[in-house]
Amino acid sequence: MFDVAIIGAGVVGAMVARELAKYQLKIIVLEKENDVAMGASRANSGIVHAGYDATPGSLKARLNVEGAAMMEDVCKALGVKYKRNGSLVIGFDEEDRKGIEKLLEKGKANGVEVEFLDQAGVRALEPNIGKNVTCALYAPTGGIVCPYDLTIAALGNAMDNGAELKRNFAVCSIEKIPGGYEICSENSRVQTRCVVNCAGLYSDTIAKMIGDHSISVHPRKGEYILLDKECGGVVRNTIFRTPTKMGKGILVSPTVDGNLLLGPTSVDKEDKEDKDTTAEGFAEILGKAKEYVENLPAGKAITSFCGLRAAGNTGDFIITSPEQGFVNAAGIESPGLSASPAIARYIAGMLREQGLDLAENPNYVATRVSSHHFRDASLEEKNAMIKANPAYGRIICRCEGVTEGEILDAIRRNPGATDLDGVKRRTRAQMGRCQGGFCMPYVTELLAKELGIAYEDVTKCGGKSVINVEKTKGGMAQ
Amino acid sequence: MRDLVIIGGGPAGMSAAIAAFEQGIRDILILERDESLGGILQQCIHNGFGLHKFGEELTGPEYAWKYEQKVRELNIETKCNTMVLDITEDKVITATNATEGIFQLQAKAIVLAMGCRERSKGALNIAGSRPAGIFSAGTAQKFVNMKGYLPGKNVVILGSGDIGLIMARRMTLEGAKVHAVCELMPYSGGLARNIEQCLNDFNIPLKLSHTVVQIHGKERLEGVTIAQVDENRRPIAETREFIPCDTLLLSVGLIPENELSKAAKVDLSPITNGAVVDQDRQTSIPGVFACGNVLHVHDLVDFVSEEAEIAGKAAAAYIKGNTGKKVEIPVKTDGKVRYTVPQVITEQKDITLYFRVGNVYKNVRVNVTAGDKVILSRKRPKVAPGEMESVTIKKDLLNNVGSLTVSLEEL
Repeated sequence: MFDVAIIGAGVVGAMVARELAKYQLKIIVLEKENDVAMGASRANSGIVHAGYDATPGSLKARLNVEGAAMMEDVCKALGVKYKRNGSLVIGFDEEDRKGIEKLLEKGKANGVEVEFLDQAGVRALEPNIGKNVTCALYAPTGGIVCPYDLTIAALGNAMDNGAELKRNFAVCSIEKIPGGYEICSENSRVQTRCVVNCAGLYSDTIAKMIGDHSISVHPRKGEYILLDKECGGVVRNTIFRTPTKMGKGILVSPTVDGNLLLGPTSVDKEDKEDKDTTAEGFAEILGKAKEYVENLPAGKAITSFCGLRAAGNTGDFIITSPEQGFVNAAGIESPGLSASPAIARYIAGMLREQGLDLAENPNYVATRVSSHHFRDASLEEKNAMIKANPAYGRIICRCEGVTEGEILDAIRRNPGATDLDGVKRRTRAQMGRCQGGFCMPYVTELLAKELGIAYEDVTKCGGKSVINVEKTKGGMAQ
Repeated sequence: MRDLVIIGGGPAGMSAAIAAFEQGIRDILILERDESLGGILQQCIHNGFGLHKFGEELTGPEYAWKYEQKVRELNIETKCNTMVLDITEDKVITATNATEGIFQLQAKAIVLAMGCRERSKGALNIAGSRPAGIFSAGTAQKFVNMKGYLPGKNVVILGSGDIGLIMARRMTLEGAKVHAVCELMPYSGGLARNIEQCLNDFNIPLKLSHTVVQIHGKERLEGVTIAQVDENRRPIAETREFIPCDTLLLSVGLIPENELSKAAKVDLSPITNGAVVDQDRQTSIPGVFACGNVLHVHDLVDFVSEEAEIAGKAAAAYIKGNTGKKVEIPVKTDGKVRYTVPQVITEQKDITLYFRVGNVYKNVRVNVTAGDKVILSRKRPKVAPGEMESVTIKKDLLNNVGSLTVSLEEL
């Protein structure tokens, strides 16, 4: 029997796993997809919010500010790129100015460093800012992080410390058993003393399985466009518009990896699986982004994608315990990424209060070798690594300069990549300007070899997402 | 210090190396990122290569093999599986491979011959999901011809570039059904002979002024919605049509791969996306030359080889100290001619100007003017964006010329 089963391997589930791995606990993470970080943690803005936005006194505000303060150390330990690039909330008219003034008050109440900038002040900070921008709130502590890198690293670290991960485990029922719960998927079952429900969009469905009907979560669709690394320097700060009740609106932000990200749209939906991008979404993103930034190089798009945010029914994070041994982490919408380390600590506290023995794990190692360890190394270090392992000298992805060694690491290390998208999120191979045009056949080969599967069984993202359907007539294939 | 380092061992790089060797240069090194020489020709197993150059129809690998044999015969040094990471303005090259690690070379002259890449789906902002089964045509070609795997059975192709046309035939021959080739423009960007031999001969419909507006399918592609576009290339809602398919191939343009040229601070043309060059294919950096698809996208490899010979020969002259501009004649274009290569003439000699037009025109005159004076005029029954054109200007016509303009006159 496990001590804790965590349902959902998004950033919250991963952080909870890592937090609990500090203690002598038997932990399992159950994920319905073929990889981790496949829900909102795969496709969001990657912003570590300073904390000026959340309503003072709310759980969101508290955990945002705490989480943002923890983020730098967490990223350092996990070898995840994190940058305090600063956030700007820009205004165009009198109404925006009032909104910004309110945000300033909120920010101060939440204990966040914020300042008001006039037009000249904004321009001094961001020379490419839209010419109709009249003022802004500046939060120098706002930061950026790669959300799936953080999730993969946190879960990898938890696994290195003994946590288990079960993929393709879609929970279909949870039964009470003496001393805990039995969690079932269609063809597998897991017994555990405690359950932490971090199932994102489906956290309401999971809660209902034990009779908790208090939660409802609906998808809020957010489409994004990603521009080439050439454009990463167009702005330095993350540029927001004054927020509305639908969220923080479209943003223009550099990413930690040097691209420029535009989006998200914000549309409430019913369908929890509809991740389609739309022509309307593209038009809205580009229309707004062009107001924020002069001469936006919109033609340099390299990809577009859509994420579904798990919007809860209370407006606040829903971190509750409907019964002893069962904790919900639901409605973790923005700033959930920023708050995630604090959410994990908070949940660990709840479990302790409920009698889970949190005895320290003496073998716990807090750090993980960065997924960028090769690329960040000095020339001498790189050459030493190539000498020891020639695979580091073979470039597979030419656009992002990813080596065979790094791809093999991604497949072999916790949590190992088992499909093309998994390699992409861990290494950036196929994520550059040619979007895998050149390296996809090579990455496919490496996956087939490493996983010991047939070439035509390699998938893009698990399930039926195969890349090739059969051997050619000539039977060249070996 | 190396005399000549050539970045890329495809047809351009090999041809440049051979040309430089024939001019007496012996210290030549070709750096190639793939495991063998030949570049993209290796996966172009169809015929049609070499008609101009050798007067015979060769396959891509056969064409490449002719050059590779020559490179071997001349003992020109090559390093395969070697990726160039950086080039500086001072011609310091940083490269990496599995045996030597990351190393640096100082070159007297460099020939850029990195080829091009395909425009990806991401650049198109097509609405819908992101399932497996969407490939650029060249990637599918690699799977089928090099790896021996078929990426799908029911295919729609977006874009009528040559690789897309070739793959329409190739997938058909492998037993797949190609339902349509959609082309956004009212004309194809591919060669007329490919439309005939790859589409018409197999009854594959070419839908001009059509595009893909929606991608369907969660895990693997399940279909695409296509639509006709109006004169502003906007989809017409009433013409939307769903085509079930498991594969979408994209052949929507080639982009010269100039990241290294940018690192070296070579001036690039916003139109060709390649370097700005003179008649010797010398870039804005003396001693750095460019040729082949990294300079501008060619239709036929024969012309790549020819261009690379010019670059290789000029690089040899540069290494021997024969440098410096003699004249400076910029070559301009009107709106109908999109670009020329070269973009500047720095020596008075017979010059062949290569150019592409921006639309399909019938019955035109290509005029080359110097000031108000037409110095050369050539009739063409038809010109199209998919077919590269050229005119040769005799040395004597360049006497006292300040600048040239290449234009089209509709008759």
